Amino acid sequence: MTDTIRLQVARYRPEQENEVTFQEYEVPCPREWVVLDGLNYIKDELDGTLSYRWSCRMGICGSCGMTVNGEPKLTCATFLSDYGPGPIRVEPLRNFPVIRDLVIEMGDFMRKLTRVKPWIIRDTEKPLSDGAYRQTPDELDEYKQYSMCINCMLCYAACPVYGLDPKFIGPAAIALAQRYNLDNRDEGDRDRDAVLSEHEGIWGCTFVGECTQVCPKNVDPAGAIQRYKLNAALDTLKSFLMPWAKQ
Amino acid sequence: MNDDAACTGYHPRWLRTRVSTWWWLQRWPYLKFILRELSSVFVAWFVIFFLLLLHAVGRGETAWLQFLDWAGQPFVITLNVISLLFVVFHTITWFNLAPRAIALHFRGKHVAPFWIAAPNYIAWLIVSVIVVWMLAGNR
Amino acid sequence: MTASHDVILVGGGGAGLRAAIAIAESDPRMSVAVISKVYPMRSHTVSAEGGSAGVIAEDDSLDEHAYDTISGGDWLCDQDAVEAFVREAPQELLRLEHWGCPWSRESDGRIAVRPFGGMKKRRTWFAADKTGFHMLHTLFQTSLKFGSIVRYDEWFVTSLLVDDGRVQGVIAIELMSGRVEAITARAVILCTGGCGRVFPFTTNASIKNGDGMALAYRAGAPLKDMEFVQYHPTGLPFTGILITEAARAEGGWLINRDGYRYLQDYNLGKPEPRPVLRSMELGPRDRLSQAFVKEVEKGRTVATKYGQVVHLDLRHLGAKVIDSRLPFVRELCLKYQNVDPVSELIPVRPVVHYMMGGVHTDIHGATPIAGLYAAGEVACVSINGANRLGSNSLPELLVFGARAGLAAAEYASRQGNPAPTVLALARDERIRLANEMLHRKRGRERIATLRQEMQQTMEDSAGIYRTGATLANAAATLRQLQERCADLALDDQSRTFNTERVAALELSFMLDVAEAIVNSALARQESRGAHQRTDFPDRDDERFLAHTLASRNSDGSCRIEYGPVTITRWPPAERVYGR
Repeated sequence: MTDTIRLQVARYRPEQENEVTFQEYEVPCPREWVVLDGLNYIKDELDGTLSYRWSCRMGICGSCGMTVNGEPKLTCATFLSDYGPGPIRVEPLRNFPVIRDLVIEMGDFMRKLTRVKPWIIRDTEKPLSDGAYRQTPDELDEYKQYSMCINCMLCYAACPVYGLDPKFIGPAAIALAQRYNLDNRDEGDRDRDAVLSEHEGIWGCTFVGECTQVCPKNVDPAGAIQRYKLNAALDTLKSFLMPWAKQ
Repeated sequence: MNDDAACTGYHPRWLRTRVSTWWWLQRWPYLKFILRELSSVFVAWFVIFFLLLLHAVGRGETAWLQFLDWAGQPFVITLNVISLLFVVFHTITWFNLAPRAIALHFRGKHVAPFWIAAPNYIAWLIVSVIVVWMLAGNR
Repeated sequence: MTASHDVILVGGGGAGLRAAIAIAESDPRMSVAVISKVYPMRSHTVSAEGGSAGVIAEDDSLDEHAYDTISGGDWLCDQDAVEAFVREAPQELLRLEHWGCPWSRESDGRIAVRPFGGMKKRRTWFAADKTGFHMLHTLFQTSLKFGSIVRYDEWFVTSLLVDDGRVQGVIAIELMSGRVEAITARAVILCTGGCGRVFPFTTNASIKNGDGMALAYRAGAPLKDMEFVQYHPTGLPFTGILITEAARAEGGWLINRDGYRYLQDYNLGKPEPRPVLRSMELGPRDRLSQAFVKEVEKGRTVATKYGQVVHLDLRHLGAKVIDSRLPFVRELCLKYQNVDPVSELIPVRPVVHYMMGGVHTDIHGATPIAGLYAAGEVACVSINGANRLGSNSLPELLVFGARAGLAAAEYASRQGNPAPTVLALARDERIRLANEMLHRKRGRERIATLRQEMQQTMEDSAGIYRTGATLANAAATLRQLQERCADLALDDQSRTFNTERVAALELSFMLDVAEAIVNSALARQESRGAHQRTDFPDRDDERFLAHTLASRNSDGSCRIEYGPVTITRWPPAERVYGR
């Protein structure tokens, strides 16, 4: 068991250079240390100029997504010792513009999230005096998985469609739309359908399935998208064969 | 000091890396995906081959024998073997992915993906057995 | 170029988003800015696990929730605030349910409630064991509905703009570009959370640096009850990751080296196989953490590479209960401790978790400075007194977030636009920041060194048990660290996403807050709730049934005064648990 491990970290300083360079650092690697601990060691002791995002260090805030040895990972949940003897290559998440070092620009996702209307939509609001909506544990299970998304965007980094066509709405946005569509308290599927049925909506997805593979919270966005595709296709067929039937 | 100079203008240049044309060679899951998509081409080939076969049958015995000669050539056999492998790959990946698109409920509980994929495999097996029996029986 | 809004929220967590929505719903014409140094869904509300208390059971009552809270707070709570809080909490939680929050349910579809520490009845609503996560995402996604809410994501507020005795906006750095802007408003609400990172071992995220507390302190607002720091009894050693109180509410046991449920030795009741409310493992957090320290002194804890620990035993709960009620706990233990709670003991120790103290506000969230409001962990109303009960802080965000939002909006509607002199202040601050950055090029002190020294000082002096001598030394050390902070070195002189610069600013905020904590602890010569003095081991209602108010003198030193506690219907009594 070696005492230290080498990190090859991608650097990009827009004020100094036009492209990515790599810098190597030697960091300690006790068994409990994750890649984030390594980055913090670099920033505290070796090189204060390294910029990256992090917060909760327990895999719930979604800040620390980066590419580790080619794979999108949460650096707070990726152990250094799993990569021994190293070196470990740490780069920013793929498919996003890089602002600086390991920090990517996520405005695109934030806009897409708003577009799918991720809130409860109802024809008539229920007054508070009527109490809570009834929702059995089975009804909760219908959408529960999709509500676990921490917005870490590892799925966008893994999705080749998003990489090739940044207009694709993307796995997390669709999973979150489904989270509301399948919630028995929501009545807004038609409102969201307009956005999801666009060319760059669900139909942009070719079911590569990598989004689900890299998701740290088992949200299964690929499943959410395929389910939506099937339902959308069936709905279209139904409206074609039985135009009198109410949707 | 000009106030405005301190607060306008500077916006950092974001680095956008172009996705390489060979992106699908960079990770094994991507390569598997492309091979899966490519397999549709071989499915199409089998359809064409089958249509050629039917066409030959329709035109009588000589045409049929000519077709068999042609189909017996090494390059056609090689092509068909490769196509068979791809079609099997296509079928297996399709059956395994099918449960992801369907959320079935039975007696209030989610049907496990195994039970959605399994009937497909069973149907495949049954049809294959019938086809082999029909072909073997007519020797 | 300056932006202008009606109300500014500094911080986009549970309290900030709730306040923003409250304003947007009540008056869509008001322009509300949410300025957060991280994207809102990264706010620390996201890591809260256990639950959110609100009276809904048939056999429960508001008075009982109030009594549990007040006795839990060792009678330092303002009872009018507590009464308002317990009354509004259930409505707020219900409102969140209507907005889509996936509260866990009974089999018939009604909201489920679980027992929690220090509560006599079951009243804690929960969303599996990720309550804070679900609440925050529900609030954030609902906030996206409102066009009047403008977000400034990843903008770091460096100071408040105070002119003519009124707060009229903020100065903030846009992290992406490094530009410094003035954002003016007619009212400002601080929702920046607590300051756990002042200590070395904490459940808190890296972003909890007491930013809002320091901003208010520097602007002249007093910080109240800062000496009351909550140690959560069950954190994982090394990482400090929180193992929720819900694990004990579902039936977990705390056992020492000998497999003995040691809490029975500390006046917390007798051990029963099933959890008994307000007894043993469901006692209040301060008493449980103190029991741990006593066990260490008796040599009955387990020594590990990362310090002394006790064990949390969940094995008797079974995999089914753990997977349905505590799935995140299982995930965290497996991942970060290599332990499966279904079959193994979880090593735990007390870890800094929450600040009962904060910016002094009234029950509407207003601070003594006109135009400045505060809500959430950053504020001290006070409903938590000397010790907070678990599952009271999440509804606190909602109740006081809404109150502060509406109060600030009402205030703002009566104000004129910020005066042009405010822009002069903004210019001065911009110059000061630029000079400071330049100065730091030749600095000699490392940020990490000073931060670690501060944290070690706090650990040694302001831990679970404190003495006057150590506190006095700590106060002197912190003064020195403040001076050394002026000589900080910044390796990173760039403008784009300069996180080192942010770390330096956060360190200076933390030093201010640390000084307030230590000086407040030194002045309070009694033991109450989470503040335990070995040199003054008893509660002293005669002298200290009062709120500590720490204010900043013009020379930077800390001045301590006292303010009254509002007692309405519950006269101070003995805190009793387990009987």
